[in-house]
Amino acid sequence: MREFLAEYGQLLVEGTLATLAMTFISTAITYVFGVPLGVLVTVTAPGSLKPHRGLNAVLGWIVNIGRSIPFIILLVALIPVTRFIVGTSLGTAGAIVPLVVAATPFVARMVESSLAELGPGVIEAALSYGASTWQVIWKVMLRESLPSIARGASITLITLFGYSAMAGAIGAGGLGDIAIRYGYYRYQDDVMIATIVILIVLVQLIQTSGDLLARALDKRDR
Amino acid sequence: MIELRNLSKTYSTRGVEHTALEDVSLTIEDGDIFGIIGISGAGKSTLVRCINLLEKPTSGSVVIDGVDVTSFEGRQLSDLRATIGMIFQDFNLFAQRTVLENVTFPLEIRGDDRVDRERRGMELLDLVGLSAKAKQYPSQLSGGQQQRVSIARALANHPRVILCDEATSALDSLTTNSVLKLLRQINREMGVTMVVITHEIGVVEKICNRVAVIDGSRIVEQGSAAEVLEDPSADVTRRLLGRVRWDA
Repeated sequence: MREFLAEYGQLLVEGTLATLAMTFISTAITYVFGVPLGVLVTVTAPGSLKPHRGLNAVLGWIVNIGRSIPFIILLVALIPVTRFIVGTSLGTAGAIVPLVVAATPFVARMVESSLAELGPGVIEAALSYGASTWQVIWKVMLRESLPSIARGASITLITLFGYSAMAGAIGAGGLGDIAIRYGYYRYQDDVMIATIVILIVLVQLIQTSGDLLARALDKRDR
Repeated sequence: MIELRNLSKTYSTRGVEHTALEDVSLTIEDGDIFGIIGISGAGKSTLVRCINLLEKPTSGSVVIDGVDVTSFEGRQLSDLRATIGMIFQDFNLFAQRTVLENVTFPLEIRGDDRVDRERRGMELLDLVGLSAKAKQYPSQLSGGQQQRVSIARALANHPRVILCDEATSALDSLTTNSVLKLLRQINREMGVTMVVITHEIGVVEKICNRVAVIDGSRIVEQGSAAEVLEDPSADVTRRLLGRVRWDA
């Protein structure tokens, strides 16, 4: 055990940090795009705040197309785009662009479903007091859905965690890269198992803290 | 004074027309507690939502204090709505805000600063007897308490009118009475006009001075509450009063 840690300890720590950086940075950027997209899909739906059949259909299509392309294909297909935006398709920086592109439609749908949990009653109440569309979105829809959106965020983190391992296969680094290089190409089962253990522990930590956060935020039924 | 002139509302879903209101005209004077009663599906909720234009009438006009507001939009519409409070059957409180934050919501969206709106909020919670609950959340309150919070919220902007959409239908009879008394007290002491939508004749008997009966999207009878209850002319009013011939 001591020998193993002496030999691979640093590698695993660096891999873990790279994976965490990829996951958290891309999740944060994904929400910057995903939340407005989810809100836009929601409010342009028929019967909602600002119904717009055309825009709603186009956005729905974009989201669905984004979600139908397998991540591994997106990863390769986006290499030129990634090079253009961040200058390289390798490493942590190179992984962020495909991760964000893959996760944004996913987050948009999740935000949409969080917002849908909110009944029409509170929105109507806010409108009846003279709230503008923007105020309804910001002060009612997003604020009232915050616990649910936070729950969605831990799901997103974990999903991107898995995706980032795949990105490792094409040179993104991180735990996925280590698992492939050592576990798959060199048949080093111990390194493979170590990466899996680290992944399991991290997923548990993210899920548990996400649940705790959502519960602390939610003011219903206490 | 609120005047509804020849109001009609039709919805079309997938090409099928559905009439919710047909040629509705009525006048609500300042200081009235005006009941609008009818069985479910008669069009009451649509009617009350036309007053603050949550529903846009298909034809006809809504005139408030002599101003035709039917075509108001944007800022003008928001300002109008701020002068009309509204309470709902399911209370529609914001679950993630404290009781005080719920009450001050109309002031928050108007841009009042925190100190001012909290002072006003506490004043209103005092009025409805719930100042001790200011820091709690709606889920911690009973139905009657939640409706009192929503009444305080409706009063925040000093409205001249409060629209009550089946405000007591989700409450038991004791709680109903205390909420109705509160509405009457606000009407008497603050001169706030009340428009009370209900399917319960008891609500009309207890607090309304005028009443309109709506049936099949039309107003079938209106007048002073005492007269209509004493001598109903429409069939549906008699049914709502419970004067049915069971054997017929």
